[in-house]
Amino acid sequence: MPMIPITCTINGETVEATVSTRDTLADLLRDTLGLTATHVGCEHGVCGACTILFDGRTARACLVLAAQADGAEIETLEGATASGRIAALQKAFHDHAALQCGFCTPGMLLAAAEFLEDHPAPSRAEIREALSGNLCRCTGYQAIVDAVAAVAKGTEP
Amino acid sequence: MTAPLPAPIGAPVPHRRTWRLVHGRGRYVGDVTVPRLLHAAFVRSPHGHARIDAIDVGAAAATPGVVAVFTGADIATVCRPWRGVHGLFPSLNAPLQHALAIDTARWSGEPVALVVATSRAIAEDAAALVVIDWTPLPAVADPETARDGAARIHPDLGTNVCLVQSHESGDVDAAFAGAAVVAEETFRFGRHTGVPIEARGLIADFDPTERRLTVHHSHQCPHQMQNDFAVLLGLAEHRVRVIAPDVGGGFGIKQQLYGDEIAVCAAAMLLGRPVAWTADRLESFTADIHAREHVVQGRVALSAAGDILAFDVDDLHAIGPYSQFPRSSAGEGRAVVAQTGAPYRFGAIRARATAVFQNKGMSGHYRGVGQPIACAVTEVLLDKAARGAGLDPIAVRRRNLVRAADLPWRAPTGVTYPRLAFEECFAALDAHLDLEALRRDCADARANGRLRGLGLACFVEMTSRGSGFYGTGGVAVSSRDGCTLRLEPTGGIRCLSSITEQGQGAETGVLQVIAAAVGVPLDAVDLLTGDTATSFHGGGTWGSRCMAIGGEAAWRAGRALRAEILDIAARLLQADAGALDIRDGVVVDAATGGGRMTLAEIGAVGHFRPHEVPGAQPQLVASASYGSEAPFRPGCGLQLAVVEIDPDSGAVRLERFVVVHECGLVVNPLLVDEQIRGGVVQGLGAALFEELLYDSEGQLLNGSLADYLVPTAPEICDIELVHAHATPAGGDDLGIAGVGEAGTTGASAAVLCAVNDALSARGASIAQIPCTPERILTALGVI
Ligand code: FES
Ligand code: FES
Repeated sequence: MPMIPITCTINGETVEATVSTRDTLADLLRDTLGLTATHVGCEHGVCGACTILFDGRTARACLVLAAQADGAEIETLEGATASGRIAALQKAFHDHAALQCGFCTPGMLLAAAEFLEDHPAPSRAEIREALSGNLCRCTGYQAIVDAVAAVAKGTEP
Repeated sequence: MTAPLPAPIGAPVPHRRTWRLVHGRGRYVGDVTVPRLLHAAFVRSPHGHARIDAIDVGAAAATPGVVAVFTGADIATVCRPWRGVHGLFPSLNAPLQHALAIDTARWSGEPVALVVATSRAIAEDAAALVVIDWTPLPAVADPETARDGAARIHPDLGTNVCLVQSHESGDVDAAFAGAAVVAEETFRFGRHTGVPIEARGLIADFDPTERRLTVHHSHQCPHQMQNDFAVLLGLAEHRVRVIAPDVGGGFGIKQQLYGDEIAVCAAAMLLGRPVAWTADRLESFTADIHAREHVVQGRVALSAAGDILAFDVDDLHAIGPYSQFPRSSAGEGRAVVAQTGAPYRFGAIRARATAVFQNKGMSGHYRGVGQPIACAVTEVLLDKAARGAGLDPIAVRRRNLVRAADLPWRAPTGVTYPRLAFEECFAALDAHLDLEALRRDCADARANGRLRGLGLACFVEMTSRGSGFYGTGGVAVSSRDGCTLRLEPTGGIRCLSSITEQGQGAETGVLQVIAAAVGVPLDAVDLLTGDTATSFHGGGTWGSRCMAIGGEAAWRAGRALRAEILDIAARLLQADAGALDIRDGVVVDAATGGGRMTLAEIGAVGHFRPHEVPGAQPQLVASASYGSEAPFRPGCGLQLAVVEIDPDSGAVRLERFVVVHECGLVVNPLLVDEQIRGGVVQGLGAALFEELLYDSEGQLLNGSLADYLVPTAPEICDIELVHAHATPAGGDDLGIAGVGEAGTTGASAAVLCAVNDALSARGASIAQIPCTPERILTALGVI
């Protein structure tokens, strides 16, 4: 398989890697860099478990080739955790039982954080719509909506 | 137990492990790394039914990076085949199943060969180079053809029928002959599956020097798998260790032995190197356990006054080509026979469940196991009969419910229910909402031409089975759980429990029980689950049992540790142990509450200066195991759905959903509530969206998440949860019933009843799930 050298920024660190043309960004993050908070649930862009930030917007790491990351700025849940920028959402998810197995959660958190940046005072219906690209098979979604709503209302520290 | 239990039992504390998970520190099987790890990919049958004439692995084996290619015959040199038998069902035909098909493939997606390589990508490339000469055989896809047609899936059996279960009690014919109204219906339930978002997977590591197998396994029942791997792979069970780390959902799908999974273990044995495999999503859809492909002919007989006289159900269900192992595929049919009419008093039943083999994926246990079928058949028939008699369907339910005065209720199905709390559930529903107003609102909407309807389903959930089912049936599945507690030198408590977690929260419930039993703060207890090398051999997660069974073991271990701590303290303090208590982690004088010793002091003396304890060897450890003597513990409740149907598109919109539930002692309402909601949403998926579609050749047509629709947030409304509280059972245990399957058991029934209420405006009805727009429009005569 042809290999391609890339340089990108991942969670604030410069990463130089030589990637196979077939590798997805999810492969690079998980297998090469050990950033296992990015989960892989379908590898065809539907479940949302692999959601990451790519140049500031959410993207599906299973649908991006690792080679496309050249020059990009990427953030995973590990990075968002370290910076503290989603701490309120993380606490709200924990407090409201907005996760059970936690497999969908990294994607849910990053999708919810992006949504709240653009929609500081959303309705429950808007929250549900915003999370329509992230499957959760364990919760009834309600606790997830509760957690996101609590952060929007500022009732979560 | 009737005395109130100490905190934090009953407290809505968040699930402890989720704090780790929200910070991205989960460790699922796919996150585990081991040195020299190899990766597997499977070659799977592209045919529903075909003979394997030859397999050429030459090109695959020659691919750089490929370490080995194994056929079914290769794997069979170290892995015995199995039969999914069950001793309680001696007539069950269970054909021999190999890990990988050897001469005939019987479903599309059945594993046939296994490539092991230095990366998954190389293994997949090489798998595509395995050349198999196939002779396609006639495939049997739908249940009726399987039962009635000529083609045989296992020629040596001479039939496609796996099992017929039947039960008759009371004078059914007389009841129907004397009935004022008889309602009958043919129901069709779509085959669906659990879809855990983390797919099945494992890493098998074999050390040939000690013949020691260590498996990291995304599974609900690691102890069961330890036993299965040992027996089938010819290993000493005490040298097999199965570790279930974080598991990304299970729902019954990660509860059986899978041929592909044990083949990975066999490959690790053959190579003496660790091998990893995780299903991709297409493999999940074709090779995960499916469930609930049923066709049910049902009848109910009602008196003029609205008394239920009798049920008559004939269930045909299709289970794929084999009986699942080790639990068998008897469970779904068994639930239909045993639980039709479960919430109600009636005198006679005739029930038959016929399981047939077919050329589709394996089918068996998914959350609720047959109970959603029994519930939907019962509730839809009751609605139809009540309408036929000109009676109010909800009044008919209230009239016939099993009441406290009827307990223990010996149902004509042969099941005895020790405890059901429907009176409390209806009282709680009536306190929560104005049912009549809600029904008027629907009726008014219908009068205005809208298709709005309300459905109410009463359900019974069988939880926490005793050993009379699998144990007596000769199936190596534990119905017990165990708990070991150790007091560490600085006063903390370490717990090793045989329960397992896929997110449901039982771990936190067990921690609460231990903290309450010993008398320490929640944070003073840590717990380890999902490792067969450290914990008692226990059942893990199946049949809504972790809290009821594992929680009980934890309580008993906690009380035993507490007793020893008090005994040591009494000896050191020259006091009477009965005059001491443990509160908030401190040994206190029971009368005054004054602190006497900390647990850290007890731990330090016990571990480092045991000679100071007069007349005793401090153990600082306590264990208990527990298995219920009862066959099961029933939970019960009501589910209410309000739906509105768009007459143009046929789409069903959920407007309101209410669950009333009674499950004995609730250890953690926060976690119980969302667990029930999650179950409801899976039942709603079955009712409205989810169906595995196959063609007549046994080809799966919708094996991706883009085509197989699971509910997403916008399709679901908020689910109102009301807990009803009934008098505790009064035994010597904590009185916990399981909740895991409650939501799924009643949700499809409630939706189907609501849809039919809505359709009644146009004189239409439907008896099939999922209620897709196409089926709704067909029922309405629009298409
Ligand atoms: S793994 Fe990327 S969307 Fe499912
Ligand atoms: S918490 Fe398990 S998939 Fe969402």
